[in-house]
Amino acid sequence: MAEAAVQTKEPLFGKKERKLLIDPLNDNNPITVQVLGICSALAVTTLVFKALVMSIAVVFVCAFANLFTSLLRNSIPKQVRMIAQLVIIASLVTIVELVLKALNYPVYKELSVFIGLIITNCIVMGRLEAFAMANKPWRSFLDGIGNGLGYGLILIVVAILREIFGKGTLMAGSPVEMKLIGPNNEAEDIVYLINTAAESGIGSYFSWYANNNLMVLPASAMFVIGVLIWIQRSWNRKLVDIS
Amino acid sequence: MKPLLKFIKKIEPDKKKSPFLHTLFDGFFTFLYSPDSTTKGGVHIRDGMDLKRTMVMVVLAMQACYLLGTYNIGHQHFAAIGEHAGLFEGFHLKLAYGLIKLLPIFIVAHVVGLGIEFWYASKKGHAIEEGFLVTGALIPLIMPPDLPLWILAVSVAFAVIIGKEAFGGTGMNILNVALLCRVFVFFAYPTEISGDEVWIAGITKDENLGYMAENYDWLCGIADSIFGWFGWSQFGDGGALVVEGYTGATPLAIAAKDGWAEVTNKYSEANMIWGMIPGSIGETSKPLILLGAAILLITGIASWRVMLSMFIGAALVAMGMNAIAGFDTTSFLAVPWYAQFYMGSFFFAMAFMATDPVTAASTNTGKWIYGFMIGAVGMIVRVLNPAYPEGWMLAILFMNVFAPLIDHYVLEANIKKRLSRA
Repeated sequence: MAEAAVQTKEPLFGKKERKLLIDPLNDNNPITVQVLGICSALAVTTLVFKALVMSIAVVFVCAFANLFTSLLRNSIPKQVRMIAQLVIIASLVTIVELVLKALNYPVYKELSVFIGLIITNCIVMGRLEAFAMANKPWRSFLDGIGNGLGYGLILIVVAILREIFGKGTLMAGSPVEMKLIGPNNEAEDIVYLINTAAESGIGSYFSWYANNNLMVLPASAMFVIGVLIWIQRSWNRKLVDIS
Repeated sequence: MKPLLKFIKKIEPDKKKSPFLHTLFDGFFTFLYSPDSTTKGGVHIRDGMDLKRTMVMVVLAMQACYLLGTYNIGHQHFAAIGEHAGLFEGFHLKLAYGLIKLLPIFIVAHVVGLGIEFWYASKKGHAIEEGFLVTGALIPLIMPPDLPLWILAVSVAFAVIIGKEAFGGTGMNILNVALLCRVFVFFAYPTEISGDEVWIAGITKDENLGYMAENYDWLCGIADSIFGWFGWSQFGDGGALVVEGYTGATPLAIAAKDGWAEVTNKYSEANMIWGMIPGSIGETSKPLILLGAAILLITGIASWRVMLSMFIGAALVAMGMNAIAGFDTTSFLAVPWYAQFYMGSFFFAMAFMATDPVTAASTNTGKWIYGFMIGAVGMIVRVLNPAYPEGWMLAILFMNVFAPLIDHYVLEANIKKRLSRA
């Protein structure tokens, strides 16, 4: 009876629930504010498609790990909670790995070890410890989705910048691949939107253009994330600690 | 001078209304006069050798490198196509060609760098810092003469924003800004700054004819009409083929491939020492760099400890390499250790880059360690890493990162020593 009374007081998707989803996108972003999960963010952001697949995987793992941990939170003994959480994450990651292997093997090969390394991603473990162990399943699930999205948002922004400036393409490797700028190669049937090798037209004005090789190296993701943090803090004054 | 001061005071923009213009005004005003504002509260040490004088002294020390660098651009170009082969033949052409190549680089580096600097100064509301004077003067000297200007602009912007402003402006940077600019080009656009084709200006590769001179642009045309008026030799149209056996490889590239004998075949040692070899614009001439180093040492701006220990470090590693090279005279290891010093840009790195007081270690013991490690690491990168023909840029940036750590341990050791005495 008491349970039902609480239920009626709290709507299924109220203000608090919306905050769980929106907060990790900006004010409490796992990458730019908590600075977690940097390792994979440096590694998988060379191509937008890779980053997208990785984000979906992390959203999935984060959400369901949160859900299951929250369901089991009262029966997990405090002393072995880490192991119990790891078992949940590991099984979810294995599911992701097998599904990805079946659906798109080339992308699985590209992401290689980083799908497996979601297990060690601090964001997933951090949310389990900080949120799911102390909250109800539905909220935990939303929190997982929110944090996964916050991670994915940064990943995709970084990947867009890195792919456009580093390779001159967008979504390479996916069915909706776009080749933006670069020299055409007719022998291999590679056609760019702006053909820098063209004799006339728009492309001829860009004949000086060259791809930035630094953007392909992991170090550039560090710079891009650093600049994103800079931009975010100069625009969201809440995050600036005045000390 | 009174009327000038009066005039300047009259055009001073209002600080509140237009902060950017006022910052700009303040920056140039202090070049001419001491500011008339007084410090409020507290006692400050006053010294005639302020930041601006220090920076100007470093820029003055570089002028000789600029002069020879300019001439060398033209000299290498004409030597490649076999015209005006003597050192002083076609003097006006070589000088004009060098200026036409160098000035745009110089202007772009300063416009972009100073623009960002001024903008940040007005945004933060403090006076323009003079830090970019030296950086801006160093950048053209360490770039290849044919570098596309947009790449230069991007790299200068990167170096100033990420390397300096993000850390808090002049005097706060961890990495040497000029070298950061070069390392950005090095990793982002490697084909523009490494290999054998970039060190001699104005040579392109034609599919059928091989290497040949580019067509001279409109600036050369203007110079031509002036030279024609005097009755001197002219640039003409360009398109001349290069001489037989041409290679744009620097001595280091040749040494890495075929060893020391091949280097001396191509370039005489006198040319290498005086700087009549292909290379970055300002780093080729050793005596003129040492002249600059002497100016810096006499005025007390650069640290002799860093210079000396860097020399010792590089010399010891080079000698060790000679020892392990054995009888294999074609390997890079076998290049005589003293020749390692005048082949590449060792002296330029030593005189102007490693001694940067902001990024070097600041304790005296720390300076010895810092310099020695630059010398050792740089020589190892140069000789043992086939991917990088020259090592000083990477070695200095590497040790820049370590400088605070070195200082920390030197201080700790000192504290321990004094405690044990107490």
